Amino acid sequence: MSEPNAPLRPPLVTGDKTLSDVTQDICEPLECRPNALWWVAFLTSLSFLLLGVVAVWYQVATGIGTWGLNKTVGWGFDITNFVFWVGIGHAGTLISAVLFLFRQKWRTAVNRSAEAMTLIAVMCAGIFPLIHMGRPWLAFWMMPYPNTRGPLWVNFKSPLLWDVFAISTYLMISAVFWYVGLVPDLATVRDRTEPGWRKRIYSILCLGWDGSARTWHRYETVYLLLAGLATPLVFSVHTIVSMDFATSVIPGWHTTIFPPYFVAGAIFSGLAMVLTLMLVARKVMTLENYITKVHVDKMCKLILAMGCIVGLAYSTEFFTALYSGNAYEQFVFMNRALGPFNWAYWTMVSCNVIAPQFFWFRSVRSCLPVVFVLTLFINVGMWFERFVIIVTSLHRDFLPSSWASYVPSWIELATFAGSFGLFFTLFLIFCRVLPVIAIAEIKGAAHLKKVPSKQASVQEKVV
Amino acid sequence: MSERVILAHFEHEDDLLAATNAVRLEGLQIVDVFTPYAVHGLDKAMGLKPSRLTWVCFVCGMVGGLGMLWFEHWSASISWAINVGGKPWNSLPSDVPVAFEAAILLAGFGSVFALFAVCKLYPGKHIRMISPRVTDDQFVLVINEANASFDLSAVQDLLHKYDVVAIEEKLL
Repeated sequence: MSEPNAPLRPPLVTGDKTLSDVTQDICEPLECRPNALWWVAFLTSLSFLLLGVVAVWYQVATGIGTWGLNKTVGWGFDITNFVFWVGIGHAGTLISAVLFLFRQKWRTAVNRSAEAMTLIAVMCAGIFPLIHMGRPWLAFWMMPYPNTRGPLWVNFKSPLLWDVFAISTYLMISAVFWYVGLVPDLATVRDRTEPGWRKRIYSILCLGWDGSARTWHRYETVYLLLAGLATPLVFSVHTIVSMDFATSVIPGWHTTIFPPYFVAGAIFSGLAMVLTLMLVARKVMTLENYITKVHVDKMCKLILAMGCIVGLAYSTEFFTALYSGNAYEQFVFMNRALGPFNWAYWTMVSCNVIAPQFFWFRSVRSCLPVVFVLTLFINVGMWFERFVIIVTSLHRDFLPSSWASYVPSWIELATFAGSFGLFFTLFLIFCRVLPVIAIAEIKGAAHLKKVPSKQASVQEKVV
Repeated sequence: MSERVILAHFEHEDDLLAATNAVRLEGLQIVDVFTPYAVHGLDKAMGLKPSRLTWVCFVCGMVGGLGMLWFEHWSASISWAINVGGKPWNSLPSDVPVAFEAAILLAGFGSVFALFAVCKLYPGKHIRMISPRVTDDQFVLVINEANASFDLSAVQDLLHKYDVVAIEEKLL
């Protein structure tokens, strides 16, 4: 039964697929051996990951004096990378939760991998503050627990502590949301798999899912609830991340625009990352019928909208600084645009404000190589946004005698490279062991081809 | 307890919906329906009531939020009162973010675990799939034969109207 306006919309799945074709196409990559391309990508990411592990081991053993920080620039690469990775994660929740509440059916093609991306990106993000503690084995001190020191509780008035709760809640809720979405698909994979250890693992993970409509009915309710919970959560998380900066008294950080500005930036960067990954995945895993040009087009429009919000935030921030009459605030912004880190500032502006403007043109949105390159620019630009906010606000503070510069050490560079290694290693493993597209959701959302019912096979038997 | 049931296999969502509706209106007892994805409108066709899991979510959220608010107040102004920048000990606005996160966390976990408990989903559960194609491309309607006035041929005729592809009798 198709909706009255169904033909007006381009189909979500192309290539005349039936229900069983969808199962087959999405499960196939899990059932055959990985190709050479996958191995090359996997081994490359794994070597970056190992580089990162060595770097982390070295800096934990030696101390974070191995970083390029100094008394003036006390936050550098680590917090930049932390905010960058948390931001990347946000698009996953936007696609899976916010677009679900808005009943955007096209999200079904990308939500599973976007959620996986969220989960992995938040893991990557969490590593940086852990290392920054210097003694990561004492990380549990961040949790309020009865201790022999009084008990001395944590400081609930500190945004840095709010961040601990926000990020850990975000990680756990994203994990649960992702897993709940996976359960029916794991059952599909279980029923296709030959008996053996793989089948046993999928059987355990799918919790004995049998496709009962009573279960589906409750499942849909809980899925909606989770989407409703994840939506305010995603906004709160980056709001709280921005408060790490905004509640300080540093010029360039101490602004009320930060929460919406950070949330928009996070979703912007995350969407760009989702699109980068999707463009590669659809080619490598031959999912062109599922992640179609229509999907890419819609993602580009979302990126354009978020890019415009980010551009507006940049100009508002600059205008407010100039209009404030506060000499320190004005100095920080002029220093950003014209000072020693002006290259970083203009990289940020050209990548985040100018690059997405090309998405106004349909011809650009439909030319996938161009889209791919533009999304890479946005990824770079959004990393530089955090770098600019953090380093340029700190390096020339109130006293010119304490002005300093900041150059990351190779340890910091290796740790950053290592976080990319971790991200891609886990993502590539995900593509191999779990269905990258939400099978059950796409079956319900797309108007698939119908096989005529075979009346001849009607049989009556007693088992 | 074993009961005799009829399994009616369908290929299409709309046939299943129409057949389920018709079977329910006939007054037959629907044991369950098995589908590869969440079919919209099936809850109405089966006559299922809205799930009460939303209440679990609400209660867990309230417990999480209010519990954390109380704990923040207790730890920061009663157990070991600390002066942060001259702010009042029990400054409510700064307690909001963590209380909010706790509310979300408990509401989310509470409703998911309630779902697993109510639907009896747990790792290592042994199930006999009603048909291996139910998680792929087939829809199965299960009707109870328990009723004394059950007329098999009438039910078969009814199901044939909706393009049923196979009818099985089974002891569950």
